[in-house]
Amino acid sequence: MSRELLLNTVLALLLLALPFGAFALDEPFYIDLATRMVVLGLAATGLNLALGVGGLVSFGHAAFFGVGGYVAGVMATHAFNAEPIFAAPFTLSATDLMPVIWIAAMGLAALVALPIGAISLRTSGVYFIMITLAFAQMVYYFAISWPAYGGEDGLALSVRNALPGFDTADSLTFFLICYAMLMAGLAAFTILRNSRFGTALEAARQNEIRLAAVGVAPFRVRRAAFVLSAALTGLAGALYAELNKFVSPSMLSWHMSGILIVLVILGGVGRLFGPVAGAMLYVFLEFVLGGLTERWQLFLGLILLGVVLFARGGLVGLLAGKPRHG
Amino acid sequence: MAEPLLQIRNLKKSFGALRATNDVSIDLRPGEVHALIGPNGAGKSTLMHLISGFLKPDAGEILFDGQDITGIDMPGRARLGLGRTFQISSLAPDFSALRNVMLAVQARQGSSFRFIRPVRSDPSLIEPAMAALERTGLGARAQIPAAELSHGERRQLEIAIALALGAKAFLFDEPMAGMGPESSKTLTTFLDRLRREAPVLLIEHDMDAVFALADRISVLVYGSVIATGTVEEIRRNADVRSAYLGDMP
Repeated sequence: MSRELLLNTVLALLLLALPFGAFALDEPFYIDLATRMVVLGLAATGLNLALGVGGLVSFGHAAFFGVGGYVAGVMATHAFNAEPIFAAPFTLSATDLMPVIWIAAMGLAALVALPIGAISLRTSGVYFIMITLAFAQMVYYFAISWPAYGGEDGLALSVRNALPGFDTADSLTFFLICYAMLMAGLAAFTILRNSRFGTALEAARQNEIRLAAVGVAPFRVRRAAFVLSAALTGLAGALYAELNKFVSPSMLSWHMSGILIVLVILGGVGRLFGPVAGAMLYVFLEFVLGGLTERWQLFLGLILLGVVLFARGGLVGLLAGKPRHG
Repeated sequence: MAEPLLQIRNLKKSFGALRATNDVSIDLRPGEVHALIGPNGAGKSTLMHLISGFLKPDAGEILFDGQDITGIDMPGRARLGLGRTFQISSLAPDFSALRNVMLAVQARQGSSFRFIRPVRSDPSLIEPAMAALERTGLGARAQIPAAELSHGERRQLEIAIALALGAKAFLFDEPMAGMGPESSKTLTTFLDRLRREAPVLLIEHDMDAVFALADRISVLVYGSVIATGTVEEIRRNADVRSAYLGDMP
């Protein structure tokens, strides 16, 4: 067993143990804290596909996170009021079934990512960062100026959506649902990275001229990765809305894009459990330091500085050493 | 005489006031090694970039296998069968030598958009890639990351990649640069046999290798071809002697 696999197993078990500990202590709030780690970890795993494997520093992933969140929120609202989502030109009825909402969230996030990626990926470096940011801000202002779903105030979910056979209102049950989705997301990440597509994507990051010289257009590979990455982050967005029973434009704002990047860097860029480790540390700091001072992000900044200066591989790099390539 | 596989007609490329490629017309015939020689800055690598599609010409046309490929980009030309190496090795540094070649194998199979099956245990990628590595003498170095290979080994790896692409024509930009005399000799023997598989357009400064290998030589000076001919013709050519070979026996 390699050190990284051992570390990943420990992290996965620790994360799984947290809410049970909280349950035993009868502290349901801590269960939601663990769920927050899981959901943010999944969102950042989506980003890790673009940023870590593909080297695409997207500063606009909040757009996909928020789109996923709004899919869950809008569906829940319409389903609760027993109204169709729209009636013309055909009737699209709402559902409160989580699996349908998850697929819709991934699908819509991917659909939004397709034009954003097609345009942004014609640039690189700082320009790519800025264009993805600009697109995400467009989605943000669109949400603010659309009064039907709460505009600036956001949209509350009266009840969580349903998963047959599970009591989604129960914190521990909902944690387990999210945890299962995180594991599925990590499995998808692994499979993609190990596939021919993943090979081409990694080659595009390492040396795009080499990829072009063997006959594969780097742009097409990156665009597909961007869309897949957005879908995964969109799925996390839907779970995030369910967790908070609330969705607002803040999910779409550039702060959120920044947090997702921070999670990936804290944990370890391109490492399977990097985003999970990053999310665990981030939520922990947010809770512990946030309880001490409102200015807790100052300390987060210092930690981030330390990681960038002294531990380029993030937490996973620090604990498990350099990645092994084959 | 056999129809040329690759024809370059009146190709022009300028960088500002510098005419890097000035009305160049050359061709590559089946089964031959055609060497491009010329002093530094003569525009040899620029010409290689124009043929592989890395640069776009200002004017002129390139025909390959009977098709006008002037408007096709580098990935498209690679798929048609132009396999090139770079003057400065261009590899995926984190990948092992084997995975660098496996990338070429999957590109040749047109399968870079398969998302499920892991590559590490895929014999349809590994076997052709290992075969290409062994042909270039890198079989024992398959698992070493490209970044840790020696300079000469990287040149060999670039050739292995071009082999794995199943190229119909090879464009080799100074494959012997940085190699010791032993490796240069081995590579000369290798290229001598390679021409039977596909013709080679070769940029090389090692004149022993050029004179040993080339069926024809074109001499490029200031972006223009001043002479094309057999080794003997080029040796005798007065313009070439004064421009380039002046100090040679």
